[in-house]
Amino acid sequence: MKFGVVIFPGSNCDFDSYQAIKTTAVGDVCYLWHGSTSLNGCNVIILPGGFSYGDYLRSGAIARFSPIMHAVVDFAKKGGLVIGICNGFQVLLEVGLLVGAMRKNLGMRFVCKDVYLKVENNRTRFTRKCPDGKALRMPIAHAEGNYFTDEETLKMLHDENRIVFRYCDKKGDINPENNPNGALENIAGIINKEGNVLGMMPHPERACERILGSEDGRFIFESIVAERVE
Amino acid sequence: MAKYTVKIEVRFKPGVLDPQGETIKHALFNLGYDNVESVKTGKLFWVELESNTVENAIQTVRQLADKLLANPVIEDFEVVSRK
Repeated sequence: MKFGVVIFPGSNCDFDSYQAIKTTAVGDVCYLWHGSTSLNGCNVIILPGGFSYGDYLRSGAIARFSPIMHAVVDFAKKGGLVIGICNGFQVLLEVGLLVGAMRKNLGMRFVCKDVYLKVENNRTRFTRKCPDGKALRMPIAHAEGNYFTDEETLKMLHDENRIVFRYCDKKGDINPENNPNGALENIAGIINKEGNVLGMMPHPERACERILGSEDGRFIFESIVAERVE
Repeated sequence: MAKYTVKIEVRFKPGVLDPQGETIKHALFNLGYDNVESVKTGKLFWVELESNTVENAIQTVRQLADKLLANPVIEDFEVVSRK
């Protein structure tokens, strides 16, 4: 497996993502510049966190028109694996590979802390190594993670089991107190219909080493390279 | 060809919570404006462009607003003035 980490002007988790692939040793990794039109033979594309184009207009709104995004969209439409983390998730929403939109956090704060995530679907290409019932601990760091979609789309996400992560407490219980940003139904991550494009606000790449406080992020990267288990 | 300025207002769709508006409303309440029922924020854009007719200028601006300035999932836009 070869991972490609896209660098937009203003990305700041590009090196963390690169390092996470090295640490977890799940494959080779290279950087992909936003101005490039080639994915350089990569099998998995990571759109990292940060503030692409300064978050001007809306987070992700300008990055989606970067030259490399044409290649990323083509790649995704052919079934290629794409994971958008934080700002990368926002870019995937803006470009239409995932449904919904991000609003500013309820309370208007930039929230930077560790959260727990309930894995609502551990049969995806990105979560199949997540143990049943385990609440994953990893950090969030964002100002626009207040996920929104209309009722019809929300129903579709439910029906197709596409809500992958929700904010929860340590035990895995979902309640409003554990919703850090006002996101609809505590949604922290969703997947596309075909199951090859994942967006998540929390940062698995910052939770792959014990010294960082959690190694739960490894489950995500190890899932991507795992053999399919049904 | 002539130069036109088209003004576009982008605002949240009805029913979409506006956290900035809510926070401002709360601040106003603390200032004593307890009769303020709702505050909504939006964005204004002034786009200057060359075009042969005002209709074409507006059409172009509508296109670019739909493509970039507004996110149709949560926002509506309206051309509010021109000159």
